[in-house]
Amino acid sequence: MNKPLRRISIFCGLLILALLVRDNWIQYVQADSLQNNTHNRRVSIERYAQPRGDIIVDGKSITGSTQTSGSDFKYKRTYKDGPMWAPVTGYASQAFGATQLESIDDGILTGNDDRLFFRNTLDMITGKEKQGGNVVTTLNAAAQKAAYDGLKTQGGKGAVVALDPQTGAILALASYPSYDPSSFAGNSTTTDTKAWTKLQKKNNADDPLLNRALRETYPPGSTFKVVTAAAALENGLYTSADQKTDSPLPYTLPDTHTELKNEGNIPCKNADMRTALQYSCNTVFGKIGADLGKDKMVKEAEKFGFNAEQFTPVRSNAAVFPKTMDRPQTALSSIGQFDTAATPLQMAMVASAVANDGKLMKPYMVDKLQAPNLDTLQQTDPQELSQPLSSKNAQILQSMMETVVEKGTGTNAKIPGVTVGGKTGTAQHGVANSKNPYAWFISYAKMPDGSSPVAVATVIEDDNANRDDISGGGLAAPIAKSVMEAVIHSKK
Amino acid sequence: MSSTTNTPTHHTSTIGAIGAPSRRNTELALLVFAVVIPVFAYANVGLAINGSVPSGLLGYGLGLGLLAGVGHLVVRKFAPYADPLLLPLATLLNGLGLVVIWRLDQSPRLQQRAKYLFGAFSPDAPKQLLYSALGIAFFAVIIVFLKDHRLLQRYTYISMVVALILLVAPVFFPAVNGAKIWISIGSFTIQPGEFAKIIIAIFFSGYLMVKRDALALASRRFIGLYLPRGRDLGPIITVWAMSLLILIFETDLGTSLLFFGMFVVVLYVATERTSWIVFGLLMSSAGAVGVASFEPHVQQRVQAWLHPFSDKVMAQSDQVAQSLMSFGSGGVLGTGLGQGNSDLIGFAANSDFVFATFGEELGLAGVMAVLLLYGLIVERGVRTALAARDPFGKLLAVGLSSAFAIQVFVVGGGVMGLIPLSGMTMPFVAYGGSSVIANWALIGILMRISDTARRPAPAPIANPDAEMTQVVRP
Repeated sequence: MNKPLRRISIFCGLLILALLVRDNWIQYVQADSLQNNTHNRRVSIERYAQPRGDIIVDGKSITGSTQTSGSDFKYKRTYKDGPMWAPVTGYASQAFGATQLESIDDGILTGNDDRLFFRNTLDMITGKEKQGGNVVTTLNAAAQKAAYDGLKTQGGKGAVVALDPQTGAILALASYPSYDPSSFAGNSTTTDTKAWTKLQKKNNADDPLLNRALRETYPPGSTFKVVTAAAALENGLYTSADQKTDSPLPYTLPDTHTELKNEGNIPCKNADMRTALQYSCNTVFGKIGADLGKDKMVKEAEKFGFNAEQFTPVRSNAAVFPKTMDRPQTALSSIGQFDTAATPLQMAMVASAVANDGKLMKPYMVDKLQAPNLDTLQQTDPQELSQPLSSKNAQILQSMMETVVEKGTGTNAKIPGVTVGGKTGTAQHGVANSKNPYAWFISYAKMPDGSSPVAVATVIEDDNANRDDISGGGLAAPIAKSVMEAVIHSKK
Repeated sequence: MSSTTNTPTHHTSTIGAIGAPSRRNTELALLVFAVVIPVFAYANVGLAINGSVPSGLLGYGLGLGLLAGVGHLVVRKFAPYADPLLLPLATLLNGLGLVVIWRLDQSPRLQQRAKYLFGAFSPDAPKQLLYSALGIAFFAVIIVFLKDHRLLQRYTYISMVVALILLVAPVFFPAVNGAKIWISIGSFTIQPGEFAKIIIAIFFSGYLMVKRDALALASRRFIGLYLPRGRDLGPIITVWAMSLLILIFETDLGTSLLFFGMFVVVLYVATERTSWIVFGLLMSSAGAVGVASFEPHVQQRVQAWLHPFSDKVMAQSDQVAQSLMSFGSGGVLGTGLGQGNSDLIGFAANSDFVFATFGEELGLAGVMAVLLLYGLIVERGVRTALAARDPFGKLLAVGLSSAFAIQVFVVGGGVMGLIPLSGMTMPFVAYGGSSVIANWALIGILMRISDTARRPAPAPIANPDAEMTQVVRP
């Protein structure tokens, strides 16, 4: 009987060996993926096990943490002026996960980032509790407040993005209607889940969770004429703002019998580009687009950042300038219609590139990441993204945009003692323009010494307003003005 | 028949090595470790959770030490030649199990869950300590009163009847969590399968010891395999049918696998015919696949095993997923006792899934160590079978050890996602009175067999004629 006994002993050994191998598989080979599995609640438990690091604006934190009881999450995220800052911070909810900065820099905020590993090990040895680091943003509290209050007073849906043209630093990033991330930061089924459900798009037509500044694309309408003008200058179609263009009125779209119309009776026949921009002539810029052709327009638009997502580090949707279109479509696209669509961030980038003498800086909102002891772990250096137009052409375009504010459609944005350049837009949308148009305004401010501290893009979608009332100059320009003023005042 | 290594085989009488070391002192030394390690683990849990050495430490240490001491003294007195490793191994596992159950008692999450589900929470560790004491008492009773394991042979057929009753009984009681493996009398619930495991091993050993020649020799050779005669197939088909019935009516894959596996092992050892293994494997896989094709509970388990993280499975039960994440989060070294979140499993965290807490808090290193402890118990059991001098003892020892190994494999494999999950408990470490008591009884019987096997044969009676008699040896 001993021979089979020895075999049985081997068999039993194999059973144990199978368990040992399996254990190595799940606890060593697959350990990481199981640890970070989306169903693994330990990830959130860890995230809220100690006070979370803060997100800082102008030296003050806009977030906080409070201790909670009765749940396995020790701390809960709190927000100061939550709705105002939500497009920047995103949310960190015990029940619903994290987004935007809260998610992207989660490692720093929880203190789990590899760059904090050495400190954590030291803390463990010395018995100190693990702490999260801080995320210092580039935002300007006064500008953000001006932007958010402006949108709120207006009452319609909309967004504002303000950039520092010289660096690309984001100064304001507001979206309205917004949400308070504090309202669902916990995991209570009675309060947090209710608040969360109420904010969902299917329950709330306003879709407050949508970050309109980065994630919504609107037809840019006439504000896109700035890009078309830049393309005309860069490709040598016209070399000065005051050179007469060859523009018939009425203008028939190429290869069609459709007439392109202007808004009202404005002096667009053979107008120079300055006048055309001042009155926002569809005919002039439509023809420029058609004359340059699709490829040159696409090339210029992409230099301004179209057709690419931006990572600020929060991702923005890609603005769209169509790559396949015929000649009449090219003409329509060149005045910001057809399939052209842009995020507010994209249009702010257009204004900032013009203001920065043609250089487009990469937009960013995180200035630096700090360790718990406030040491800098990572500093963002301004980075040039591209040069959509030469310095000389940029100055020509600046003078055109300044004329718009001086005596054109954008007079509402005038600021005493400061040179302001801008462009209004009233984009059509809906089938046969049935819906209320979007009101756009892009602008920049230039100080007497020639430097430009701020460029702004504002968009308002107002379903309730009277159709005639909607024009970029009327609704959007005053908000842009107050944002620019806020930035200028805070610089002084 | 075999012999121990130091028994000279050429002698006509089986005179063992006189004065073979009893190894009781080795056992005592190992027992000290088996008590001290869990005491340190207990202190570790207290320090990790409350930041202080738990107040119950002394009581716990004394309790476990007392149990181990009683076990040791009984063995020293009544089974002095028993295997020295089995008692310390069982004590260590039992002690670690107590620590982990106590650790899970401290979990606010499980306390809340109990209050929510049952209206009140009561700690399980004190009850488990009581069960352990009962288990050791049962162990001592076996060592003291079972003078020779061959006595059990007399009860071969009674064992069969008792085992059948125990196995069938749960059918008449309501299912708990989809498996009918409990009998409830008043507030007591007993898992009869745990006891049936031992009793049926007695039946298999007794029956096959008698029938083994018929089964082994009366067979036809066919393509290299010895096919048994039709009438000899009777018993194996009966056991096979029984295990299938368990699977169908009690929906308990694990128990079914355990009995059938144990039967095939004992049959193979008794007959030395490889063909039985082939038959056994074919029949069990055919049976399992057949039942799985229509039994929804089994299908559900198989789905949960194949796709633990799929939305459909997660909606039904996230146990397997939670268990896997628990193991994965432990990593190589574990979080340390008291610092993991294995209580997220919620249901049966300290019984069926207790191994996940070992995985998360002691890590790969701890789990491998515990698995090796189980491996050692099995190895000592098989060694006992090798050393046993009588066929019944051999069959019983190998039956019990292989049942133990299969149980560890089925439970461990289930919680680690190696095989579909089934409702069995990890011997000694899981919470549950039936399991602890039955496994102590199993260790008791193994030690009794090993004592008989290692005990030196009584010295020949002094013969006054010895001087005059000449024995002629070849």
